[in-house]
Parts: sequence; C-alpha cells; structure tokens
Amino acid sequence: MTVLNRVAALLVPLTLAATLATLAVTVHAAPALKAGVFEPPRQAPEFALRGSDGNELGLARYRGKLVLMSFGFTHCAAVCPTTLATLAQARQALGPQAGAVQVVFVTVDPERDDPAQLKAYLAAFDLSFVGGAGKPEVLAAMRKNYGVVANKVPMPSGGYAVDHTSSIFLIDRDGKLRAMMPYGHDARDFVHDIKLLLAQ
Amino acid sequence: MTKRWARRGGLFLLVWVLVLALAAAGWGALAPLTAESRDALFEIPAGTWARRMAGDKVEILPDTIRLTLGLNDVLLLRNLDDVPQVFGPALIMPGQSFRLPFEQASTYSFACTAHASGQMNVVVDPHPAAGWPALRFRWYRLQGLARTWAGRVSEKTS
Repeated sequence: MTVLNRVAALLVPLTLAATLATLAVTVHAAPALKAGVFEPPRQAPEFALRGSDGNELGLARYRGKLVLMSFGFTHCAAVCPTTLATLAQARQALGPQAGAVQVVFVTVDPERDDPAQLKAYLAAFDLSFVGGAGKPEVLAAMRKNYGVVANKVPMPSGGYAVDHTSSIFLIDRDGKLRAMMPYGHDARDFVHDIKLLLAQ
Repeated sequence: MTKRWARRGGLFLLVWVLVLALAAAGWGALAPLTAESRDALFEIPAGTWARRMAGDKVEILPDTIRLTLGLNDVLLLRNLDDVPQVFGPALIMPGQSFRLPFEQASTYSFACTAHASGQMNVVVDPHPAAGWPALRFRWYRLQGLARTWAGRVSEKTS
C-alpha cells in the first residue's frame, strides 16, 4: 500500500463521518422562527366578515396561502400604519413568492371602518391587502377566539382611539395558527419566517 | 514564639482567603457565561381555572419579566390547565405552549387580560459584557438559586 493509499484510506472514513455528523446536525436543528410559535399548532378559528374587496372574508378562501393577519383601525396613528408598511415591504422583498402570501387586516373599530373605508386605507400600502369589517358582536367574537384585546380610549382632543393587540398572526397554508409576531419586528424577520413556513 | 507563629498563621490564612476571593471574582468577571437552557418557563398548572372560579387569586405571570440576551432570552409559556387561557401575549389552548424568542435588548409591552394593569412587560437585558457586568449577573443568579433552594427547603419543612 502506497503512502497515498494509506492517506486515502484514512481520509475517506473521516470525510464520511464528518458528512454524517453535519447531516445529523442539519436534521435535528430545525431553523427557528423569529415569531412566537404555538406548539402544537391548532386550526385557526374560522370567521365570516365583509371583505374590503366586496366579497365575504374567511380563512377558507385563502387555503393554500400563508395568511398574515393583523388587527387594527384606519384612524390608528402609529402602530397600524407601521405594521402595514412593514408587511408591504416584506411582500415586496419576497418577489414571486409574494403571491403565496395574503395579508388580512381586521378592524377593531366597526363604528368608523366599513369595507369601503378599509379598501381606501389599505390601498395606500399594498393593493393586495384585504380588510375585514363586520358587526361589533361578530368582531368581538373573533377577537375572543384569537385572544385579541381591543379597548376604546377617549382622546383629550375629542373622539377616541382603540388600544389593541398589535401582534400579527401567521396562519399556514393548511389553515393552522402557527405563530404570532409581536409588533416591532422589521420586514426581514417576516421574510425569514414566511420563507420557512412556505417551505414546509 | 507560639504567639508569633499563631499571628503568622492567621496572616497566611487571611492572604489565602483574599487570593481565593480575588481568583473567584476574576473567574466570575472573565469566564464566558453559559446557561443550561435559554427558556424562561412559566406554566399554568392544571386546575388554575377552577381555583380562579372559586375565588382564589392565582398569579402565575409577574407584571414584568426580565430576560437576558444569549442566556435566557426565550419566553416559554405552557398551559397545563384544561381550558384555554390568555397567558401573556397569547391565547394558549390546553396542552399547548407558546415559545417567543427575543433577539434585541429592549422593553416589550403586551396587552394581557390576565394582569390587573392589562399589560405585561418583558425587559430584555443585553448579554453581560466581561468584567463587572458578568460578575454582577453571576451574583444575581446565585441569589436567585439561593432563594429557590430556600423556598424548596421551607416547602419541605412546612
């Protein structure tokens, strides 16, 4: 046996072992989402709202797509515009994959937000976004199913604002509520999680 | 003669204790900080809802939770009760858990109906740098361990 053969005889099993070890690590270390993850995931509660596109709005309509759902209102001064701008930015960054993502914005202010108002508001961010309006009791029941909080707060200058849950729900293509992204994450984090969820 | 030797012995012991204390402080300040798990686990025990219905004030989640980046930066909430519970920022089903990682040092506020204030804060501290911050972190962790241990002992004896 030449020296070269001896080296090869030593290197081959070593390389194999290293490859297997790497694979084992790859298999076990599932990439983590940036969002908060529900384990095990449950079926996202269904709902029936009036969509800003003129159609009935429910989750079943988007089966096969990844749904990013947030709660807010069109008179919101800071949180909602920031969230929607971030989601629009994330969709842009996704390129062709954006078609597999649907953003749904559900109002917490049924007095002022109807489908037409939502449509005009959402168009400023992304034309594909769909808003959901409905009767106060229907929206309240939906919020309860998702653990969403919304409280009217009178403004010193008159009128009112609504304090509400600002997290964004991530619902996978099978309609399972997989994760919840707290307010404040940037578009890159959404793109990261969307790509992971679409790949599953 | 004997007194002098005793004085020398005492001095030697004092120097030895000082050297040991300095070595411990040096290790505490400079050795890399590690943690067995990065999860800060809070569980709703079985029967919590029934206890609340019976009038018990059951407090599980503190108003403010402190986490540290790189060491203890994943909030893990688990519902072991048999009814859905709003726990911190999420509605968690029976047997379900919610794992929320943090990647930036900041204060995070969540609307939470489980708290009287309607809000829960998570304060995420930066990873302690080597030196005084690392030493202080270890000291607080030691205090926490001591409190846990004392609590267990008092539970056993009561």
